[in-house]
Amino acid sequence: MNDWFAARRQRMLRLKVRREGERPFTPRLSAAAPVFEQCPRCRAAVTRARWEKNRLVCPECGFHRPVGAYRRLSMVLDPGTFQELDPELAAGDPLDFPGYGEKLAGLRRRTGLREAAVAARGRIGGLPVVVAVLDSRFLMGSMGVAVGEKIACAAETAEKARLPLVIFCASGGARMQEGILSLMQMGKTAAAVTRFREKGGLYIAYLTHPTTGGVTASFAMLGDITLAEPEALIGFAGPRVIEQTIGEKLPAGFQRAEYLQEHGFVDAVVPRDEMRDTLAKLLRLHQKGGARRDAE
Amino acid sequence: MTQNDAIPAARRVALAREPGRPGVSGAVQALITDFFEQRGDRLCADDPAVLAGVGLFHGRPVTVLGTRKGTDLEQNLACHFGMPTPEGYRKALRAMEQAEKFGRPILTFVDTPGAYPGLEAEARGQGAAIAACLARMSTLTVPLIAVILGEGGSGGALALAMGNRVLMAENAVYSVLSPEGFASILWKDSARAQEACELMKLTAADLLELQVVDRILPEPPGGAHTDPAAFWRTVDTALRDELRRAEKLADPARHRQRRFRAMGNDWLSAGKETI
Ligand SMILES: [Zn+2]
Repeated sequence: MNDWFAARRQRMLRLKVRREGERPFTPRLSAAAPVFEQCPRCRAAVTRARWEKNRLVCPECGFHRPVGAYRRLSMVLDPGTFQELDPELAAGDPLDFPGYGEKLAGLRRRTGLREAAVAARGRIGGLPVVVAVLDSRFLMGSMGVAVGEKIACAAETAEKARLPLVIFCASGGARMQEGILSLMQMGKTAAAVTRFREKGGLYIAYLTHPTTGGVTASFAMLGDITLAEPEALIGFAGPRVIEQTIGEKLPAGFQRAEYLQEHGFVDAVVPRDEMRDTLAKLLRLHQKGGARRDAE
Repeated sequence: MTQNDAIPAARRVALAREPGRPGVSGAVQALITDFFEQRGDRLCADDPAVLAGVGLFHGRPVTVLGTRKGTDLEQNLACHFGMPTPEGYRKALRAMEQAEKFGRPILTFVDTPGAYPGLEAEARGQGAAIAACLARMSTLTVPLIAVILGEGGSGGALALAMGNRVLMAENAVYSVLSPEGFASILWKDSARAQEACELMKLTAADLLELQVVDRILPEPPGGAHTDPAAFWRTVDTALRDELRRAEKLADPARHRQRRFRAMGNDWLSAGKETI
């Protein structure tokens, strides 16, 4: 019976990853065309199959391409353990912002995502975990009411089930189109992960490209352990705003994952091919870290 | 509640930015006795853009926190025109810790365009410093009352404003980003700021309706800067009342967590009930 459920879950995840593949950002290719995709950095022509096998990391130069939420989950979770949390969760249009509703509808159609965050229960290296993932293809992974709620619910699910929490951050910051309510999600998410941590829960923040603005200034910077993908842009203010303020060009490598590590804000920069093993190891090291036994 | 309902949002933005707008220094002078200012983050620096200290509010010790713009050009520059650096937020964090230790309620006064976007500010963890303030405010067991006095700009404002109650001056504004920034991001045209003001729901009346703030502090006709003494009398009465009520809360931390947990939830579909 369990096997049957696991197989079904795996099929569901595979289906969602495949839908994700239809994103408009990858060149659409006819079946007959050679399936090459150029590396955005070194321009090497790499077959799609090779990109897939290499977890969307360029085999020539090591460039880490952005990874969609379901694909990320398929990379980290043990096969057949994916169980999505609140898959239908979405938010409205508090400002009646012109065109926002249509924009959301279009993105939902094209990305197969309901919102910019996906949360799931599953296992990594055999150990149960709650994982939330932000998706930069959905309005830059910006945090509106629905994303804030996803994160808060993920922390609450982890707290109730006494499981560790892993959040993959990828966000341009607050969702402008939802105005002040998106700003308030910083308070909501910071409070939720803090409460979870105070109950003894292990929270691993995994910062991917880009992690900026209100997400950086809330749950992204509150991990017990903070990991980052190579070269990911991580900061509060955007580079352009800073350049305008100080009136000069920013040094190379500024606000990149390695810079953050150098300045004491990241435990480790972890390449994608070590992501899963690193998480599995950290979960093993914190095996009683889901939540303290004496927590209410 | 407000006498000047017809004032357009763009006009309120201008009033909120009025150079003579009453700020945290004025609040300390008008409302607090025996004030002692605390300086420094105990790590590397003191940021004058954040004022922190302890004093008496109607005879009761309170911690006072606020963002400061300064009153002359020299001060303006030292305060980055009211935009705190990580050192400022870490000073605030230190003041919060002490309020918790000594069981003092916290009164915060916010007037900032936002956190300072600078190279050093980023290098020293602006995001981490703000996040630490948010996390700490969510667990404080002492009451925290926040007052948005002028500009409530972005995460830099929220970093001092996770109150059990959040009050807002009638002509203050509170928003996810400045109207100029909003227009520039969404329409690639900062000249459309005026339009953004009307759309963003950043006035006290809008935010009361969205339940982001709990109470509006009426201002004298023409704005708080035209009669600061009258304005501070209004603030004084409101704060006494709010503090009296907040001190009756059985669990101020939980109250604050629930308050922020519910933010925006009216707009969710297929959402879970709040805790
Ligand atoms: Zn490459």
